[in-house]
Amino acid sequence: MNLSPLARRRRREDSAARALAYTVVVGLSALMMFPFLWMLVSSFKPFEEIFAGDSFLPRDPTLRNYRSLFAQSDALGKIWNSLFIATTATALSVFLCALGGYAFAKFRFPGRRVLFGLMLASMTLPFAVVLVPLFVMMRNYFHWIDTPWPLIIPGAANAFGIFFMRQYMVSVPDEMLDAARVDGASEFGIFLRIVLPTTIPGLVGLGIIFFMASWNNFLWPSAVLRSPDNYTVPLMLRALQGPPGRTAYDVLMAGSVVSLVPMLVIFLLLQRYLIAGITAGSVKG
Amino acid sequence: MIDDRASGQSHIGPVVLAGRPAPLHRQTGVVPGLRRLWKYRWPLLFISPFYILFCVFMAYPIGFSVWLSLHQWRGVGEMRWIGLDNYAALRHDRLFWETMRNAAILFVLYVPAMTFSAVVIASILNTGFLRLQGLWRALIFLPHITSMVAAGYTFRLMLDTHSGAANAALGWIGLGPVPWLDDRWWARVSLGLLMIWAWLGYNTVIMLAGLQTIPPELAEAARVDGAGRTQVFRHITIPLLRPVIVFALTLSVIGTFQMYTEPLVLTQGGPFRSTRTPVMEIFSTTFENVKFGYAAAMSYVYFAVIVFVTLVQFFLVTRGDSA
Repeated sequence: MNLSPLARRRRREDSAARALAYTVVVGLSALMMFPFLWMLVSSFKPFEEIFAGDSFLPRDPTLRNYRSLFAQSDALGKIWNSLFIATTATALSVFLCALGGYAFAKFRFPGRRVLFGLMLASMTLPFAVVLVPLFVMMRNYFHWIDTPWPLIIPGAANAFGIFFMRQYMVSVPDEMLDAARVDGASEFGIFLRIVLPTTIPGLVGLGIIFFMASWNNFLWPSAVLRSPDNYTVPLMLRALQGPPGRTAYDVLMAGSVVSLVPMLVIFLLLQRYLIAGITAGSVKG
Repeated sequence: MIDDRASGQSHIGPVVLAGRPAPLHRQTGVVPGLRRLWKYRWPLLFISPFYILFCVFMAYPIGFSVWLSLHQWRGVGEMRWIGLDNYAALRHDRLFWETMRNAAILFVLYVPAMTFSAVVIASILNTGFLRLQGLWRALIFLPHITSMVAAGYTFRLMLDTHSGAANAALGWIGLGPVPWLDDRWWARVSLGLLMIWAWLGYNTVIMLAGLQTIPPELAEAARVDGAGRTQVFRHITIPLLRPVIVFALTLSVIGTFQMYTEPLVLTQGGPFRSTRTPVMEIFSTTFENVKFGYAAAMSYVYFAVIVFVTLVQFFLVTRGDSA
């Protein structure tokens, strides 16, 4: 081949760099996957074998941990609680955030800037700051302790979601909205029939982010859910810890695998939307 | 909720689209406030859920919290007014300040390493060197979707001094067992490892999005002029990525000071409170020691410190820009 010395050197460098890049990325991916693998193999081991630490694969794989999880810890009930809370919270939040995002993207009204700024500022407030007063309100005013509502209502229209949806709504063509108005559609009808269908990728991305946050949430549920019957999946896992020295790690690992399954399914099916959702705020914002 | 008759009663007020001047908007003087409000009823109605929930579940609790922090209260019964005593006591509360210090130490332990790795990995993925780019990105991102309760317990098993995978692997290459969770500093390192595992993919995805906004011609031009890869990385990639790095660092400051589940599950704040975080302290002051007033005061001081640290961090990073 007729290559200049520089180009030849470059080419040699390129293949060395490529080998290095593969080593780093494949090695890192393996490291990131290892805890999942450890979780999975441990979930098929009896308690003693987990702590014997002398075999990676289970010597005699058993489903006992899973059976115990569903029989004694009522995992199905907890999964149902988690699903109900996460689905309701996600549906309500996505709807309200889309509505708010649409108003900020496509309407001009007095006080818009100030209201938008106030909303963005509220995003920086750490949840721990309102933990104590919010708990007192839930207990003394709303009587919502041990119900799903504290996990659904307070966060139903959140600043991040509205900001996020606004980014998507801006690109809906004004002509489309005007045409519908000329046809006599109501504003709410336009939102439902035109705006929502054209921003489905955004709705899905935001929905996954909300669902994931709700499904994995621990701090606030552990404050407001009291009786084991009302526990969500992460609280069930935590309860398996028991008194010091009596942690049921074997059942815990089975529970961890189970807690991962719904998120994994969602991730595998809708990964593209989630990644797009996460990056939407960072580059434009 | 939405009354459709409203649209039939009067004609839909000229709905004013963003980007276009509103002719009626300029009517000065005697436009009655209510009629003006009516004109904007749709957008105002659409954004109202947020502001209603904000007032009830954020603004009100924040105000209520001020009131709480000026009292001694065990959650039930009489509230006793004690003025600023809670804040005065907090100034000398070594246990609380210890948790703030722990958070700061943790930040230094894992955030620089994580952020730097995220930039490097994102750059590698961005070069287009690798096949199956999407697969690698997905694998590195996957830990982020895991419940931190599940991940925490798994790490606890893997880092167990006697039966864990980490020490088994070190044993193969002839390194002695590391007391991952039994020593103050190793416990902090372990917590940092869990945080990196959970958040590296998230940071990488953000950096990758940032890199994709940098025109590849810049790096190509530099390469043609004879610059090496590391030079391109240092003098082109890093400076252009700066805003995204600042964004990621700000999220990390907030995230580190909000840590709760990870240390609770992995180390239970130990050994000797070395991994106890401010939120754990606020939580246990509220629900275990039932000192509601004191916990409210604590949350305020905690918030003030976060705001301060975020501003300092922001100032430092952006000032480095002009230097």
